[in-house]
Amino acid sequence: MNFKLHVWRQKNAAAKGRMEQYEARDINADMSFLEMLDVVNEDLVEKGIDPIHFDHDCREGICGACSLVINGLPHGGMTGTTCEVRMRLFKDGSTIYVEPFRAKAFPVIKDLTVDRTSIDRVMQAGGFVSTHTGAAIDANAILVPKDKAEEAMDAAACIGCGACVAACKNASGMLFVAAKVSQLALLPQGQAERERRVNKMVAMMDIEGFGNCTNYYECEAVCPKDISVKFIAKMNREYMRALVK
Amino acid sequence: MKLDSKVPSGPLEQKWQKHQFEMKLVNPANKRKYSAIVVGTGLAGASAAASLAELGYEVKAFCFQDSSRRAHSIGAQGGINAAKNYQNDGDSVYRLFYDTIKGGDFRSREANTYRLAEVSNNIIDQCAAQGVPFAREYGGTLANRSFGGAQVSRTFYARGQTGQQLLLGAYSALMRQVGLGKVTMYPRTEMQDVVLIDGHAKGIVVRNMVTGEISSHAADAVVLATGGYGRVFYLSTMGLGCNVTAAYRAYKKGALFANPCFTQIHPTCIPHTGDYQCKLTLMSESLRNDGRIWVPKTKDEQRAPGQIPENERDYYLERKYPSFGNLAPRDISSRSAKEACDEGRGVGPSRYGVYLDFSDAINRLGKDVIEERYGNLFEMYELINDENPYEVPMRIYPASHYTMGGLWVDYNLMSNIPGLHVIGEANFSDHGANRLGASALMQGLADGYFVLPYTIGDYFAREGAKNISTERPEFREAEEAVAMRIKKLLDVGGKQTPDSFHKRLGLIMWEKAGMARNEKDLKEALQEIPALREEFWNDVNVLGSADEMNMNVERAARVADFLEFAEIFCLDALDREESCGAHFREEHQTDEGEAVRNDKKYAYVAAWEHKGVGQKPELHKEDLQFESVQLATRSYK
Repeated sequence: MNFKLHVWRQKNAAAKGRMEQYEARDINADMSFLEMLDVVNEDLVEKGIDPIHFDHDCREGICGACSLVINGLPHGGMTGTTCEVRMRLFKDGSTIYVEPFRAKAFPVIKDLTVDRTSIDRVMQAGGFVSTHTGAAIDANAILVPKDKAEEAMDAAACIGCGACVAACKNASGMLFVAAKVSQLALLPQGQAERERRVNKMVAMMDIEGFGNCTNYYECEAVCPKDISVKFIAKMNREYMRALVK
Repeated sequence: MKLDSKVPSGPLEQKWQKHQFEMKLVNPANKRKYSAIVVGTGLAGASAAASLAELGYEVKAFCFQDSSRRAHSIGAQGGINAAKNYQNDGDSVYRLFYDTIKGGDFRSREANTYRLAEVSNNIIDQCAAQGVPFAREYGGTLANRSFGGAQVSRTFYARGQTGQQLLLGAYSALMRQVGLGKVTMYPRTEMQDVVLIDGHAKGIVVRNMVTGEISSHAADAVVLATGGYGRVFYLSTMGLGCNVTAAYRAYKKGALFANPCFTQIHPTCIPHTGDYQCKLTLMSESLRNDGRIWVPKTKDEQRAPGQIPENERDYYLERKYPSFGNLAPRDISSRSAKEACDEGRGVGPSRYGVYLDFSDAINRLGKDVIEERYGNLFEMYELINDENPYEVPMRIYPASHYTMGGLWVDYNLMSNIPGLHVIGEANFSDHGANRLGASALMQGLADGYFVLPYTIGDYFAREGAKNISTERPEFREAEEAVAMRIKKLLDVGGKQTPDSFHKRLGLIMWEKAGMARNEKDLKEALQEIPALREEFWNDVNVLGSADEMNMNVERAARVADFLEFAEIFCLDALDREESCGAHFREEHQTDEGEAVRNDKKYAYVAAWEHKGVGQKPELHKEDLQFESVQLATRSYK
């Protein structure tokens, strides 16, 4: 397979970026999107051109490092993360546009690499149960009904990639924040800090420049882990609950 | 050099308790005067950094990823062991200890392994308290599953994402401490060297991966939690950023590297499909609970799997190891797959694959049950291979996955360099020559939550707070050496990419020091590696400059270390004239092809001391003392 790529190149945070054109030749249909970029990069290096920088690590859809907006959609809008997207899903000979995740809270560092430490800071505000190492009671002393545990796991499956933010017109971080708030609100372990957590995480989300949710549901559509927007509704209820308490 | 393991005296069951009492304490009010550097923030590093900060120490944590939530601990799928005996199936701390030490083929340190089993239960409690959504029974209690190498059901799990959920638990504890100002986090920062002051590790030199800036950080102790070196094979299931650099730089500063040849090749990975691949995908070992592994009985079978009748299939693990069957330990399963493929009975386009077949399980339990258990794994498989594993058997093949070897540490998890602690996969101590499934998460968290926070206090209390300044010449010299080395890489100006060298090194290692090793191959590898290293330094092409985000520099620097490290790996494999665990020397096997261990001569930890690049390192031996267990021939028949 052969492709024409239009890729966002930006030397550093301060520099002005632009789209550059590259050819991807002799691409195997079984390659992942990132393996295709690896091939392009090896070729660029051999020509003395700085390779395209992008974040990646596990290459199996779990670490959340890879990002990329492919043809206008985070992770290409396909099943899974960019590293899981296979080239067989693209039409041979087609043109592919590759850009970084774009959001106020995710400034570009270089090329397709963005700074997502804002996600960490929202977590620092309250995305935890305050329990010291060593203070825990026997695990079976906390009973969690199976359906609640499963629902909490559905929310906990978030990999923190930020695709929800990149897909949203408002660059809202609601799906990501809601996933963490819901996971801990559903579990008995999270009850003690239930109100404090949602208040603090939402406040930090605003400080970091994430937008608000206006129910476009683009986030759910691109989420590689199928986190449901029902958790956003749940977070809104949690937030209201915290307000009246 | 005399290696002192500092294992406490007394009965095995009381060693840790006794040691905890005997260790010196730091007064709570004085804890803030002590600082620790933690390098690597995966399971071991994040749990250690958070726990040390909770105690009151000042902590600086470093990771090369953009966030500690992305460390490759996240890739562990199957589960975490603990001796809870919630299933009433006869489990106990002693049984978990025995399984682990037997699984490691009696090449781990008895006291460390016992302590690991002992604290395993605390880990589950701790993680449950953090809100890790473990799988539950309808009554709300925790669920378990069985895993390779054990006959009890002791593995706790969170779907197929246990590593992810445990890491996110440790990460949340770490984020809490960052928010409280007790931990300063340095993401996208790579350790370049460890700095010794009067023989003690008192700091590190790092490179900021965004700006390229080289800087120094000082502390009262340094903790390396920098993971394993499985990418020495180039292709592995590890994250692409995983590397040996931090551990190797410590080695060059005098830390001993122990048992580097003990590397685990995981049996259930998706087979290699083409030269473009830089990463292999692991399919959780839990699949072996319900999947049956087989190859055709005849060579060069051309029929599709469904066309091959039952009596023409060889369920080789069930045949060779009737009591453990498909749950035989990883090293045995991997080697058996290799043997079948070497005989020409492999399947798939490359013929380096075996079937993992769920049709019996689907018939017995129904598709829904299988989907509930393994749905996400089946999906992942289909995404990659374009084949539906509910209908066509999966194809799997072994791949480099975990490294049991690592920096030598004593019972306190301190290396031979005072102040330099090594935890998690980066050390060597608990898994011997082979690690059992669901034990890596256990060890990472045991070290980080429940061992290091005690033992580092003992070191602090004995040494006192030093308040060392990075203005000292030791730091200046180390910074200059780091900058020089990067400049040297950039100045080569050759033709070949760093990755192309890494690939070639990986091929040498896989072919000659992979699942089965022999003297001839290892000696060849020891000729080829230095030659490749020389070629690298003459012809590598590292583009760009040192003072920017530059993946060329990052990769080249890591490959350069792998090119040196691979040599001690092969020397170690050559020195160990026995077959044990994952280390299989073809010269040492029975007529049936089973491993022959040599306890008389090789019941030791091989700890290598650096003597200069290209020079033979000096071997130091720590004799393994077994007070409680009888060294038995490991049999899973």
